[in-house]
Amino acid sequence: MAPFELNEVVGQVGAWTIYTMIGFAFGFILESAGFGDSRRLAGQFYWRDLTAMKVMFTAILVAAVLIFWATALGWLDYDEVWVNPTYLWPGIVGGLIMGVGAVFGGFCPGTSLVGAATLKLDAIWFVAGTAVGILGFGETVALFNDFWHSSHLGRLTLQDWLGLPAGVVVLGLVGIAILAFWAGDILRRRIYGGTNES
Amino acid sequence: MAKRAKRDRYWDPYIAGVLLGILLFATFFLTGHGLGSSGGVNRILVAIEDLVIPRHVDTTPYLAAMAGAERNPLDHWIVWQVAGILAGGFVSGWLRGRVRAETRRGPQITARTRWVTAFVGGILMGYGARFARGCTSGQGVSGGAVLSAGSWAFLLAVFAGGYMMAWFVRRLWQPGDDT
Repeated sequence: MAPFELNEVVGQVGAWTIYTMIGFAFGFILESAGFGDSRRLAGQFYWRDLTAMKVMFTAILVAAVLIFWATALGWLDYDEVWVNPTYLWPGIVGGLIMGVGAVFGGFCPGTSLVGAATLKLDAIWFVAGTAVGILGFGETVALFNDFWHSSHLGRLTLQDWLGLPAGVVVLGLVGIAILAFWAGDILRRRIYGGTNES
Repeated sequence: MAKRAKRDRYWDPYIAGVLLGILLFATFFLTGHGLGSSGGVNRILVAIEDLVIPRHVDTTPYLAAMAGAERNPLDHWIVWQVAGILAGGFVSGWLRGRVRAETRRGPQITARTRWVTAFVGGILMGYGARFARGCTSGQGVSGGAVLSAGSWAFLLAVFAGGYMMAWFVRRLWQPGDDT
């Protein structure tokens, strides 16, 4: 049953090939959706262009539906799937810093890579900045190590936290997303007029 | 309407989202984990540090965990995936004639200002992504899809941070005539 230990199934070179292909598809989709252009992500924060929100939450929820469907059918062992452990407050602080970085920079780390690959000079500067930030973190994390390891709640999922079946949580999130997309477009047209982005 | 025609060449956001969701599922199904990018950049940087200042890497616990002594920071799936992102982004742009050295910016600022703000934004993004143990892809999108509670709190925080700051830096992105 999935997931697999790729190194054992296809060997190391095979695994590296698969990871490169996955990355290739990821980069191709990000570029095709327009994220090589910094104005696209920045537009999200002025409600001018809702592509970022639509692509992101559509992707999250399509994947979630497939993951929990495959689990329910017994094809996928959810217990063996990596669930990012929750470090609540460090995650929130890091997220706030990133949000500020996103509105300054117009990229996130993934989208800046496709921007740089298509020679957008602002993306190349952003990638250079990312490198400085990452190095800076490695040098300073020792100063606040206790906070960085605080509020560790382990493998905490929304369904555990809410005490609901995973399917109900996924359905609820899909409903919220559809409502948000619909209301978001109405609001966007009210502010800026015109038709949908893309 | 040349501008309109140019913009139309991007995929519809819902189509891009569905394809990305299928890719994300396939990744979890095959490998047991999701997508990522800042972690890969991190490992490439640590590998360079390990070449230049190996003693510093060995004595800094955060770095030693990736590259201490005999550990090779590049021997990790996320590094291969980052190489793929660059290749995929390039091919997609190249097929559509979008590979061009240029600076995308709001019309009210110069290219030089844009480079500075992009650099500053990158620093914050890199620092924040490591602080949060993952970036938009690794922590937000991947963790969100497997319903990690921390990832959803993180996603809300990213949007909250962006919307709190947006008003203060609106001149960076405002369209032409400021009326």
